Amino acid sequence: MLDKNGIAKRIAKEVKDGYYVNLGIGIPTLVANFVRDDIEVEFQSENGVLGMGPFPFEGEEDADVINAGKQTITTLPGASFFDSALSFSMIRGQHVDLTILGAMEVAENGDIANWKIPGRMVKGMGGAMDLVASAENIIVAMMHTNKRGESKLLKRCSLPLTGVGCVKRIVTNLAVIEVSTKGFILLERAPGVSVEDIKNATEGTLIVEGDIPEMDI
Amino acid sequence: MINKKVANVQEALKGVSNNMTFMLGGFGLSGIPENSIAELVNLGVNGLTCISNNAGVDDFGLGLLLQKKQIKKMVSSYVGENDEFERQMLSGELDVELIPQGTLAERCRAAQAGFPAIYTPAGYGTEVSEGKETREFDGKMYVLEHAFKADFAFVKAWKGDAAGNLIFKGTARNFNPNMCGAAKITVAEVEELVPLGELDPNQIHIPGIFVQRIFQGEVYEKRIEQRTVRQRD
Repeated sequence: MLDKNGIAKRIAKEVKDGYYVNLGIGIPTLVANFVRDDIEVEFQSENGVLGMGPFPFEGEEDADVINAGKQTITTLPGASFFDSALSFSMIRGQHVDLTILGAMEVAENGDIANWKIPGRMVKGMGGAMDLVASAENIIVAMMHTNKRGESKLLKRCSLPLTGVGCVKRIVTNLAVIEVSTKGFILLERAPGVSVEDIKNATEGTLIVEGDIPEMDI
Repeated sequence: MINKKVANVQEALKGVSNNMTFMLGGFGLSGIPENSIAELVNLGVNGLTCISNNAGVDDFGLGLLLQKKQIKKMVSSYVGENDEFERQMLSGELDVELIPQGTLAERCRAAQAGFPAIYTPAGYGTEVSEGKETREFDGKMYVLEHAFKADFAFVKAWKGDAAGNLIFKGTARNFNPNMCGAAKITVAEVEELVPLGELDPNQIHIPGIFVQRIFQGEVYEKRIEQRTVRQRD
């Protein structure tokens, strides 16, 4: 079984040379730490920066340079700043190559829910609805089950949706899964995890074809 | 040169009254019109509808207007950082319309650019699209979203001149340029109001035609919401 860093490490392998990538808050943010350093990748943050770098050194924080999580950041050579409409032009216009975000639930038809739990304080969707409605290449990073042990990979989402039929790939602490018209296709197992474990943790239709390899991370 | 310069924030906010709709720039606390917000608190206008990506924190930004219960309705994409906001929202004192961030930006830009509405894929099939017109283009579904209508837009830039030309800095740019000219009156506050001719016309982000009033803010706190740093090796 993987921890959060393990999930991020596996997803980092999906980041290819020349990609512009948008990372959501939580596990997706960790992906930046594991991207190979022999490839060129630029990270976009929807509040208006392309070419994000690491956090600043103490004393060098700038209130005018933050990421979408409102954290102080730095920029790398070649970076650019832009307004919010242009930022979402990059996203909606499918200029961003890969979007990695978290989820509360994913359904076997690719629906995703990650912004609202009825009856609880609702903070808002931020840029998530624009991202999932537009990106061609979306990877969801999440734990396979919630804190109560219930599956987050469902036949149908029970929570209010963020987007419909948009998720292509899911990387969890247990597995790598592709979303197809027939259901969740199991591609890889996490180290030490059996196909049976994954079946038990998946409420939606899980398609297992042939031998399922263990993740190489 | 058509002069947009006003003497101070009081003059810049002339005509502001109860029950108006305002656009306010900023992402989190970055690039918010601090001086205009402070003056709105001073004026005590209430019943306000505020279009702003976020709602500030308890003791800064739009949180200051929330504390005084001057806001009737917020139109935002993300509002999580404010206890007083949460209290007013849950008690029903405050009306909140949550919309996707890109839709918020584009509804501002549409108002600026003279489009009555735009089609966006964001929110299709979710509760955001309920009751709205939808339409298929090339096999994909889109939602019709209307341009905002607002009385004042309050924006903050880094540098500006008396002609109303603006230059923004870093990610403090965010929604500010999209709100310029998107309301009946655009009030721009700047950290530095420079002499005419000093700004290179090649480097202007927003031409003065989109701005009706400009002033230099007296002070800028520029508070940091999440101070994150790394250690030196």
